[in-house]
Amino acid sequence: MSWLLILPILIPFCTAIPAFFAGGNAQLSARISLAGSAIGLVAALVLFCQVHDQGVIAGQMSGWAAPFGITLVADMLSAIMVVITAITGLAVAIYALGEIDDNQSELGYHALFQILLAGVTGAFLTGDLFNLYVWFEVMLIASFGLLIMGGRAEQIDGAVKYVALNLVSTILFVSGVGLLYGETGTLNMADLSRAVAEHPDQGMMVLISLLFMIAFGVKSAVFPLFFWLPASYHTPSFAVSAVFAGLLTKVGVYALIRSFTLIFTSDPGITHTILLWVAGFTMVTGVLGAAAQSDFRKVLSFHIISQIGYMVLGLALMTPLALVGSVFYLVHHIIVKANLFLIAGISEKLTGGSNLYKIGGLYGAAPLLAALFLIPAFSLAGFPPLSGFWAKYILVKASLDTQAWLIAGTALVVGLFTIFSMTKIWAEAFWKEHPDEITPEPPMDGTALWPRYAAVIFLALLTVAIGLVPQPFLELAETASAQLLDPSAYIAAVLGEPVEAAQ
Amino acid sequence: MEPLLAILVGAMVAAAIYLMLDRNLLRFLFGLILISNAANMTIFAAGRLTPERPPLVPVGAKAPLTDVANALPQALVLTAIVIGFGLFAFALVLALRAYDNLGTLDTSEMRLAEPRSENDT
Repeated sequence: MSWLLILPILIPFCTAIPAFFAGGNAQLSARISLAGSAIGLVAALVLFCQVHDQGVIAGQMSGWAAPFGITLVADMLSAIMVVITAITGLAVAIYALGEIDDNQSELGYHALFQILLAGVTGAFLTGDLFNLYVWFEVMLIASFGLLIMGGRAEQIDGAVKYVALNLVSTILFVSGVGLLYGETGTLNMADLSRAVAEHPDQGMMVLISLLFMIAFGVKSAVFPLFFWLPASYHTPSFAVSAVFAGLLTKVGVYALIRSFTLIFTSDPGITHTILLWVAGFTMVTGVLGAAAQSDFRKVLSFHIISQIGYMVLGLALMTPLALVGSVFYLVHHIIVKANLFLIAGISEKLTGGSNLYKIGGLYGAAPLLAALFLIPAFSLAGFPPLSGFWAKYILVKASLDTQAWLIAGTALVVGLFTIFSMTKIWAEAFWKEHPDEITPEPPMDGTALWPRYAAVIFLALLTVAIGLVPQPFLELAETASAQLLDPSAYIAAVLGEPVEAAQ
Repeated sequence: MEPLLAILVGAMVAAAIYLMLDRNLLRFLFGLILISNAANMTIFAAGRLTPERPPLVPVGAKAPLTDVANALPQALVLTAIVIGFGLFAFALVLALRAYDNLGTLDTSEMRLAEPRSENDT
């Protein structure tokens, strides 16, 4: 049982080693990375099927009984996130076949990429708060390496802000862990769920929970803690920024969802009200920031922030439907956002730039790319029948159900502004003539574009599939939401008691 | 002992924040290492201080005979120190590269990734 849990973490680590030593040979290293990602996806799917059939599964590392050892646990939310991480990893590994050159490969791109995937997966699967901190660091150090790879001045500049703010968040996180341990004497998340609820000094628990909220808030780039994101995400290579955009902030959102449904639920009047305001401001500032940008990836970066607001909104409302919306939104957003960054990469390769005002003519030169852009762009804006429509629809409905008129209105207006940004990219990059009156064409240096297109098509098909057949995905999100709202099965699986006794 | 540690941690955090508000990147990093050690001290103090009683089990016994110091927070601190050290080493090299590439350590001058005017790009 515990092998199933550890394989999705172990496979990327094991892939990273040969990928690192094959780094001098870019093609070989990329193929190793691709093979590892494919095997990782299979392992993730097997784990997912197990969780789907049997409910929450937990494993104690080295046989140390909970709550003393390190626990790995997969409930429906974790399993969904692990699968979606593996899917994104596979798509980016395909894309990297075409983008990563010998130099980046020799610097260890593929190895760091696999370690990043391991860190993200570990964060989704761990059942221990300090262990979560360690996975955050694994992820962080790999992302540092990927971010500055190549060492252009612009990258260094972006990395300074990224590194500084993420380290501050790390320190807040670890202080919160220390204080929580001092108060409750445990760091096992399932055990904490009881210990925090039974703690006599609830004021102290709220205080500590706010420390976690700030720490995870920086990681997930919510208002007013998001400034590192638009400063850095447009600087590294596209295969890097796509995986960052898809996965990194979502780990922060996952940590928020996990800690504020499982551990800190005793005083939602304070914590979840703050989250609600944060969600609203995040949506609005993100989308307004995007409207002011002219770089392809900067527009998309600000939209990440705006979309994070929707996911936090679902958590803040804490109704079953709202959490369904959050989970659905997470899945939809990871696929769509990674895809848009990959498309930005193809566009840059064809037009030679990413400043929207200095490129153009893509519609005539690459109609396939134009069609592929419309799928994630319309999905992001929430057009039916694409995945974003269902995600937004559920969240707006959940807010209307709780009479949260203001936030429902905000969510709708922000959707409108998203259309504005997507239209701007469409009009500038695809529709208008190239300002230098040249026709964008494939690069002369003979780099094949097919791996990039393959990755983009793969993700676009998933978006369409979720949009056209949302029912099975909704059912999964409902299971995840039910497990989040009633964590007794989670706690029982971790602490090794029969479910009946816990209920 | 705990009040003394609490005051120490408070002073370290105050000094760290003062340093981190500086525009000089190097001073920011000094503040960062100071605050990360303040965090380590917090964990250490949160685990309760039990001086002169190491968590050792005497020969022949199966558990410590009296209350002993809690070893877990110290293990946590050790992990946090190692991770913090690695991250800090990276941040220092990054600062060096930033000085080489951008010619400044003044963070308000580092506007290459986000130029004040979009026409600068």
